[in-house]
Amino acid sequence: MSRIAGRFEELARAGRKALIPYIVAGDPDLASTVPLMHALVENGADIIELGVPFSDPMSEGPVIQQAHERALAGGTSLRDALEVVRTFREKDTTTPVLLMGYANPVEHMGYAAFADAAAAVGLDALLTVDIPPEEVEQVNAELHRVGMDNIFLVAPTTPEARIARIVAQASGFIYYVSLKGVTGAGHLDTVDVAEHVARIRAASALPVAVGFGIRDADSAASVASVADGVVVGSALIRAMADALDGGADHAAAGAVACALLADIRAGVDRAAS
Amino acid sequence: MNSEANQKPFAAVPDEHGRFGIYGGRFVAETLMSALDELEALYVRLRDDAEFQREFDEDLAHYVGRPSPLYHATRWSDQIGGARIYLKREDLNHTGAHKVNNTIGQALLAKHMGKKRVIAETGAGQHGVATATVAARLGLECQVFMGEEDVHRQALNVYRMKLLGAEVIPVKSGSRTLKDAMNEAMRDWVTNVDDTFYIIGTVAGPHPYPMLVRDFQCVIGREARAQCLEQTGRLPDALVACVGGGSNAIGLFHPFLDDTSVAMYGVEAGGHGLASGQHAAPLSAGTPGVLHGNRTYLMQDVNGQIMDTHSVSAGLDYPGVGPEHSWLKDIGRVNYVAANDDEALKAFHALTRIEGIMPALESSHALAYAQKLAADMSPEQNIVVNLSGRGDKDIHTVAQIDGIEL
Repeated sequence: MSRIAGRFEELARAGRKALIPYIVAGDPDLASTVPLMHALVENGADIIELGVPFSDPMSEGPVIQQAHERALAGGTSLRDALEVVRTFREKDTTTPVLLMGYANPVEHMGYAAFADAAAAVGLDALLTVDIPPEEVEQVNAELHRVGMDNIFLVAPTTPEARIARIVAQASGFIYYVSLKGVTGAGHLDTVDVAEHVARIRAASALPVAVGFGIRDADSAASVASVADGVVVGSALIRAMADALDGGADHAAAGAVACALLADIRAGVDRAAS
Repeated sequence: MNSEANQKPFAAVPDEHGRFGIYGGRFVAETLMSALDELEALYVRLRDDAEFQREFDEDLAHYVGRPSPLYHATRWSDQIGGARIYLKREDLNHTGAHKVNNTIGQALLAKHMGKKRVIAETGAGQHGVATATVAARLGLECQVFMGEEDVHRQALNVYRMKLLGAEVIPVKSGSRTLKDAMNEAMRDWVTNVDDTFYIIGTVAGPHPYPMLVRDFQCVIGREARAQCLEQTGRLPDALVACVGGGSNAIGLFHPFLDDTSVAMYGVEAGGHGLASGQHAAPLSAGTPGVLHGNRTYLMQDVNGQIMDTHSVSAGLDYPGVGPEHSWLKDIGRVNYVAANDDEALKAFHALTRIEGIMPALESSHALAYAQKLAADMSPEQNIVVNLSGRGDKDIHTVAQIDGIEL
């Protein structure tokens, strides 16, 4: 069983929902990323989604775009992100980590080379925003060769027939994108989310996590009441960026993000109980 | 390269997955996939529909002013002293460039889909103007994304778009040029996919865009082929066109691909020279990768990050290229070369002074290479150059480089 599947099973047994924070490797700098990941785990993270910075992050709203730009200004690469995972694993061998990014850095490294490197550092899964099931065959062959999960997005615009096609390629969990738009947009419709999550569950036994548009304990609570996991990204990154702008050092800014995560954790647990 | 996949006949590409050999495809976020499926299904139905084709042809004839002339530039040819150079006068189209051929076609698709709003990305502003024009004519809401740097260097076209009723949105992210405008247009589309049609301006992007933009632009090559036969009694020996995304080039080249005697040259923006690294020539100096929905040659660094580009012409200032060009390069059917900024500027001045035709800086890259090519050919041979747009929009840029204050 993969580390991700195991984590969702543990949570289900405990009657809890997964909290999945997203941060960008190298934001605000590479040295602060691993300590931040450990701090996120201490403050309630069940799985960590580590963003790989890309020059053209087409699905991101302004907050995460700027995080990518900060990380790229420091020269953070896909190889650096893999090194982050290796270092994280020195102290934490149980928290699943998935890389989320765009096709080109992975394609440029080569799918086979990526899979080998990712397996060697203890990565659990890959989520590429712009590799849909139609284009995934070669990637999946390599990921599966090393026992890694591929996480797919399902969108509000995905028809039922496509849901079946997507879940057939997916493992680990399904990531439902709660709204039409980019990350950090803010018009979450919980009724609509519940309907779509139900449709995905009808097609697959995989856990369903929901992301895009979750910003605080209340929105996390409402999503957690209808899904197996909650992904939160822009809200954490905005909290951290605002703290940095206000003169906080990296550790203090990370602490602000962690305080928000702890608050969101409480919201998620409230919904589940 | 996968040679088996690359040996398909020209008419058989793209395949049902939108692939040209290993290039093309559909690399976008899930939210857009069903919209692309819908667009593909509609287009595949309409492209064989006589009524749709009649509507398209009528608009091209009576609104755009087609066919555009094929003009023998005798004085310029004589001065070069080599092959005869013919100019395909896309600069004479309504709105002043080849871009309108495509926006007319896509606007008809938007109308069929009942979309109330169109968006576009633009570099030099020609595609933005061509989109704003068809939007005005059909009463559609129109927003055009344009890199902040391009907004400054193409102020005239920005004002033209505003006069046409479009809203121009300056894009401040990344390198603030065409690729960032395309990122932002994609972000808008993913947010407003229900009521918005994205009019992509070149033969790039996710399937079916490279195919349908090519098909709409092929009117250039079909006309040029017939005009050549009529005026010279035979096919041309060579075709030359500039390549940014590559829509004017594919439009000229495609109807000639089966004519093996016709050599083809796609001219990329060499900027300050390929060796300087400051250029926009992915086919000449890049490697394959994935950007903006398709696999194609890209300018990228060792980590797969897309690099900043440089060209004197905003319309060629793009780190990628249409996937069909990548395929045509690999199979060796088209030669891809580069012309530098200063060569393009020289050609701009030459054509203006010798023929009384002021070419766009984009097209000037094709002219610069054609001049070199013609000099090595005999006076019995013919070259067709795609004069893809007129240069009025560029006079501020040229004046600035020449140190003249307007």
